Amino acid sequence: MAEEFNFKSEVKKLYSLLLFLFTLFVVGGGGLIYYVNNPDVFDFESKTETIAVAPIEEDEDRIENGIHVRTGLIDAEGLMTVVNNCTNCHSAKIVTQNRMNTERWNATIKWMQETQNLWDLGGNQEIIVNYLVANYPPKAMGRRMELTDIKWYELED
Amino acid sequence: MVIGAELVFGSKMLEGYIPLALQDPDPFKLFNKHKDMVVLNDKPWNIEAQAHLLDDKITPNSCMFIRNNGLVPEGIDAKAWTLTIDGESVKNQKTYTLEELKSKFNHHTYQLTLECGGNGRAEFNPPAKGNQWTVGAVHCASWTGVRLRDVLEDAGIKSNAVYIGFHAVDKHLSMDPKKEPISRGCPMSKALQDETILAFKMNGKAIPLIHGYPLRLVAGGWPASVSGKWVNRISIRNKVHDGTKMTGTAYRVPCKPVAPGEKVKDEDMCIIESMPVKSLITYPKTGAIISKSKSLNIRGHAWAGELEVAKMEYSIDFGSTWNTCTIEKPANRLAWQHFSARVDFPKSGYYEVWARATDTNGLAQPMLLPGWNPKGYLNNACHRIAVKVK
Repeated sequence: MAEEFNFKSEVKKLYSLLLFLFTLFVVGGGGLIYYVNNPDVFDFESKTETIAVAPIEEDEDRIENGIHVRTGLIDAEGLMTVVNNCTNCHSAKIVTQNRMNTERWNATIKWMQETQNLWDLGGNQEIIVNYLVANYPPKAMGRRMELTDIKWYELED
Repeated sequence: MVIGAELVFGSKMLEGYIPLALQDPDPFKLFNKHKDMVVLNDKPWNIEAQAHLLDDKITPNSCMFIRNNGLVPEGIDAKAWTLTIDGESVKNQKTYTLEELKSKFNHHTYQLTLECGGNGRAEFNPPAKGNQWTVGAVHCASWTGVRLRDVLEDAGIKSNAVYIGFHAVDKHLSMDPKKEPISRGCPMSKALQDETILAFKMNGKAIPLIHGYPLRLVAGGWPASVSGKWVNRISIRNKVHDGTKMTGTAYRVPCKPVAPGEKVKDEDMCIIESMPVKSLITYPKTGAIISKSKSLNIRGHAWAGELEVAKMEYSIDFGSTWNTCTIEKPANRLAWQHFSARVDFPKSGYYEVWARATDTNGLAQPMLLPGWNPKGYLNNACHRIAVKVK
């Protein structure tokens, strides 16, 4: 019995030791991780400066409301061919701002190839131009448009 | 990196340093711009003002449009900065440090109107290719620097000089080191004007990086693309400068008027020089609702390229009748002029207040779009705001 009692108490001691070491590990390790991430935690004179990090999209090519979120381009046939060939040097914003017919989109591509180091698009050119003409065609504006999108407000003196 | 994670040792980073991996920055913070500025393009950066943001007599940095053809240079060291004067028509090629320029030549300060040649492009029909500027690609800041003339004369100008062309340190979008994003210039007559300066200050402070720190050529009244940013070399040419954006269709309009949409050969396109007469109502912001018992005080600015504005008018009946505005003299040649008027409305309803400036040659702003041109330059049609009277 005495032997058994001894054995039980040894196990208990060992258990307590392990529990202590584990607690030390969790608290100490956690604290260390916190300190690495917040090196100013003991620096009571300076404020911790948080630098905003742009959240990284889970799917960088996701579409919302028919728009390719990353570029602002309309989701339609040929979208990714346009993204992959037309947004390396410049932003897609210069595409979405413009309105041209087939001839002028082709002329624009030719100009970029002649002066801006754009590569030969091969069979992709037709896909790209078809996409652009379908989604960004010219619209008639006449000699002067009416004022639109007026945000009315009460003018205070 | 995890969403919302704090940057390890972030607080130990240099102030103002933007980590490369995080360069999807907020342009409003990056360039200290007003929240109502409109981003047209983010690579390269092109940002415009709205009319009501330009109400100040001297435009603050926060409301100045940004126009770039290439990538903004990084890591500029003003102490190591030099300007070289070279070209076929320089007598002695010379290089000056920024300090030498500042100490050797007299300083001058001018308010200078800089308007993008393509300001108003968005209205052309058929549409013109490029950034679709509406009304906000214009500003009039106060620039301090040395006269380009003094520096060119110090190096010596040969009698066969025709043009100057600037070179700068911004990078081409393709990152091809052999390509310049833009290298424009002006004829000697413009280069030698009192007000054409090599500026190192804007509104009394070092020029912000995005506007050309540490040295910018400023040539008021001409397309703002003549006012090269980050300039480190100026060539005195014995011919019209043939740098990037000087040739082809860039900053050129048909030498003779053409029908909308007509094709124009490169050799029939002429370089834009002075900008045309134009004005902007900067107060109130469009969309004001007022009560009939009150008059409306409007104000704004008018400019006329190389010329002055001689007359300023407004109309509340779509041009049937015009009324005179008060117009001030410019602070100096090539500065925009401030106008104001008290407007009374005969009855309640929807109105548009249209503004029209006339230059010293008697040319006035058109109410309709002026002559169509392939690249959509020089739209100086009258500006208007909407007003409702209760």
